[in-house]
Amino acid sequence: MFGLTLGEFQAYGYFALTTFAVVMLYGYIYHLYSSEKKGTKDYEKYSNMALHDEITDELVEKKEEDSKTEDSKQDRET
Amino acid sequence: MENRPLEYDYTVAKMFLFTTMLFGFIGMLLGVVLALQMAWPEFNTILGDTMAEYINFSRIRPIHTSGVIFGFTLSGIFAGWYYIGQRVLKVSMAESKFLMIVGKLHFWIYFLAILLAVVSLFAGYSQSNEYSELEWPLDIVVVVFWVLWGLSIAGLVGIRREKALYISIWYFMAAFLAVAMLFIMNNIVIPTYFVSGAGSIMHGVSAYAGTNGAMVQWWFGHNAVGFVLTVPLVGMIYYFLPKESGQAIYSYKLSLLSFWALMFVYVWAGGHHLLYSTVPDWMQTMGSIFSVILILPSWGSAINMLLTMKGEWKQVASNPVIKFMVLSSTFYMFATIEGPIQAIKSVNAIAHFTEWIVGHVHDGALGWVGFIIMAALYHMAPRIFKREIYSKALMNTQFWMQTLGVILYFTSMWIAGITQGMMWRAADEFGNLAYSFIDSVDALHVYYIIRAVGGILYLAGFIIFIYNIIKTMSARPVEERDLQNATPMAA
Repeated sequence: MFGLTLGEFQAYGYFALTTFAVVMLYGYIYHLYSSEKKGTKDYEKYSNMALHDEITDELVEKKEEDSKTEDSKQDRET
Repeated sequence: MENRPLEYDYTVAKMFLFTTMLFGFIGMLLGVVLALQMAWPEFNTILGDTMAEYINFSRIRPIHTSGVIFGFTLSGIFAGWYYIGQRVLKVSMAESKFLMIVGKLHFWIYFLAILLAVVSLFAGYSQSNEYSELEWPLDIVVVVFWVLWGLSIAGLVGIRREKALYISIWYFMAAFLAVAMLFIMNNIVIPTYFVSGAGSIMHGVSAYAGTNGAMVQWWFGHNAVGFVLTVPLVGMIYYFLPKESGQAIYSYKLSLLSFWALMFVYVWAGGHHLLYSTVPDWMQTMGSIFSVILILPSWGSAINMLLTMKGEWKQVASNPVIKFMVLSSTFYMFATIEGPIQAIKSVNAIAHFTEWIVGHVHDGALGWVGFIIMAALYHMAPRIFKREIYSKALMNTQFWMQTLGVILYFTSMWIAGITQGMMWRAADEFGNLAYSFIDSVDALHVYYIIRAVGGILYLAGFIIFIYNIIKTMSARPVEERDLQNATPMAA
């Protein structure tokens, strides 16, 4: 294929895949930290989902499209 | 009734809590019997020649492995799901009749599948693939309860109040998807009785043959370790340790990163089971390399758990539930550095087919899997029964007995395995083997006895655990406010 032996093709493919995986991994780490720095997302607050998990506890993040969320706190308490 | 405040409904979690104890006891008891048979072969015929067919090593071994993996561990995972799922999504099972029916159906079909598995394996029905012994009719029952679990996950996530999914939920979802794919792919068989009228009605012929069959089998086999014995349990410790200690996860970002890294790396590592076999060399190398890389995501999660206790290490001394979980994540680190070392080709040349592998499996299974599941049940039981734990003293006794049991188990198997590996390779200056096989068996006898003692200690600890949980059902009642973080327990 493309004038390459199977071994060469595998080697180039392996290199490309490894590079892709490394870029993805470091890109994800960069995204996690930069979005926190820019203030677009605070990932650490999600830990509170385990700590404050009573059904009457304040939601960590409301489902925006869900109108029942506003009502549901009342439902849960009555 | 209508004005009663909404509460989490633990009906299904409670049902799985009981099967965790039941199947755990059966699976571990059989493990002890196997250890005794290895130390003293007379145990194979202890019930007489007629019964020897049913209690010999090769008949019991798959019941032990299936019992602890698919009976004990899956029950613990399902109990964990029906408990954690509601709490971190902030939605109660009581809010959906449909999900409650799905949950109960999930339990009963699962229970039936495991009972039929035990009966059919005792009767000698097996497709002879490790961790995948069940014949095709039972595989279909497994698929049914697995789909029901998927429905339950999708259903609870669908009606959740929290927008984001807590990290544990990601782990449960990954376990569901991966096992669904692996289980079906590895169990594709042709039931020849229906196709050509040949063979047993119970048996199917695998769609894969020879080396291909081995590759698919270990792609499944290793990922059964990955996506049953690791992934959902990491999800559980990510909930139970922060909740029990009252400490936020050390780094939520690290938990996300470790999750995606684990997902990507785990599925490639199965080739390490087939080193020095007929599998293509490059695939063996890939299995080795990915196994070594696997250290990173595994340690990412384990270190994250240990650092969650930063500044609160006094809780390890005072709270046995934390003690179980900290030891569990330590054994997770231990097993996930040992596995990659064994997967290095030159080390594997000594380790392959030896007791060292059995030791590795058990420091993971007893230290990591067993401890996190028991800790999870100790955390859940008071919340399910609204009562304090019956006895803290018994928990501590159990902890030290089982810790000693695990240590005796893996140290004896390390020495036994490396002894075996070295004896099998030893040769004189002319290349003649220095030892016959039976020489190595003789050399291991004492280690088999130590292993059996370790197993008995662990089983005895598990019996204490069952007793403690059952007595908890009638222990002193506690108020909701006492159940916020540290589990209440009587001295």
